[in-house]
Amino acid sequence: MKKDLISITDYSKEEYLKIMKLAAEFEENPNQDLLKGKVVASLFFEPSTRTRLSFETAISRLGGRIIGFADPDSSSASKGETLHDTIKMVSNYADLIVMRHPLEGAARYAAEVSPVPVINAGDGANQHPTQTLLDMYSILKTQGTLDNMNIFMVGDLKYGRTVHSLLMAMSQFENPIFNFIAPPELQMPAEYKMFLKEKGIRYFEHKEFTDIISEADIIYMTRVQKERFSDPIEYEKVKNVYILRNSMLKRTKPNVRILHPLPRVNEIHPDVDQNEKAYYFTQALNGVFTREAIIAHTMNLK
Amino acid sequence: MNDNLKKKLKLKVSAIKDGTVIDHIPAKNLFKVITILGLDHIDNQITFGANLESEKLGTKAIIKVSGKFFEDDEINKIALIAPHAKLNIIKDYEVVEKKVVEIPDQITGIVKCFNPKCITNHEKIATCFKVVSTEHLALKCRYCEKITAGEQIIVL
Repeated sequence: MKKDLISITDYSKEEYLKIMKLAAEFEENPNQDLLKGKVVASLFFEPSTRTRLSFETAISRLGGRIIGFADPDSSSASKGETLHDTIKMVSNYADLIVMRHPLEGAARYAAEVSPVPVINAGDGANQHPTQTLLDMYSILKTQGTLDNMNIFMVGDLKYGRTVHSLLMAMSQFENPIFNFIAPPELQMPAEYKMFLKEKGIRYFEHKEFTDIISEADIIYMTRVQKERFSDPIEYEKVKNVYILRNSMLKRTKPNVRILHPLPRVNEIHPDVDQNEKAYYFTQALNGVFTREAIIAHTMNLK
Repeated sequence: MNDNLKKKLKLKVSAIKDGTVIDHIPAKNLFKVITILGLDHIDNQITFGANLESEKLGTKAIIKVSGKFFEDDEINKIALIAPHAKLNIIKDYEVVEKKVVEIPDQITGIVKCFNPKCITNHEKIATCFKVVSTEHLALKCRYCEKITAGEQIIVL
């Protein structure tokens, strides 16, 4: 059976740990010719420069060749071809498909249509599992463990797919604690809180972004986007509330690290960048090693 | 109308030799039941009654299919739109078995995903849901992973 990666819950805890181990190996030695002679399709039905460059760097460092497109205007989708037909055609040519699509569920459907494995590089607001795995690798690297983590999630917890996936994945490890800091409109959805309750995992909800972060091992920041608010006045009220500033980090634990899936707008003040607790740029670099690990695992190369 | 007369009338309309009688279908969903069970594509003799009086449902519909015996998987597909449906299996004019419908674990190709950004609403794909709750019916889309529940459930 082929090993697609569509949703973060497709992987077991053992697979998470395997990816972590392989990512560390690729960090030691990023250039390995494991994909020599292989063709990887990189299909971006929606532009995402950051994710695409990270994947294409990972493929190149593994010695693979890349075919594909960076935006839908240069693909046959712009001529009205169905996703089904595009995937059927591309899977004739390539050994692996990496795809980004604006519609939710597109990656699962592509995996059903394609005889070669599919890695989801984001399907609308649904899933972006490689982001979650690189977040986990960043946590492991900076904390030395994935157990006993006190994780603060800040900003848009309602629509932010990265926080939902990270919550699901970290729940597989020992004794996590979650703290959710969000405006009332953008709180963690009930289904995720229910999931934590059923697993007996502690979580706390806060509206204020204050010195409660002194307990944190990880502060995971997300963007609060204007278009998420039905009432623009509500947005104006909260837009400057969920901003992390350097002064707020004074009383935090020495091991705390700040993560952000990027791109940021104003939710992390630039004065944080110089703080050794700021980790978001290294986090992005970790993405290349994590994606090398995911590709190697998916293709049964390691 | 006295009970005896009711029985006689019912007997008169339900008389099939071998086959299945599906009773207690909400009247408005009769044609959906016919479609879901594919009764519009088979050659068996079928009679149906619509807008019949029902103490439970107000009005109900009934379908009688000669020479047809449904598998559980097949008949459970109608549980979403006819949750109180009762089946009488008839052999040689006698009711030999009674069955009720049960909501299956998985529902394929019947319900529309409520999420307008779901791929199933943009390409010709049979929808597929995992039933995550039967008490307050909640269906998780296999593709977009969103939950369609309660009033959002629209039968295609």
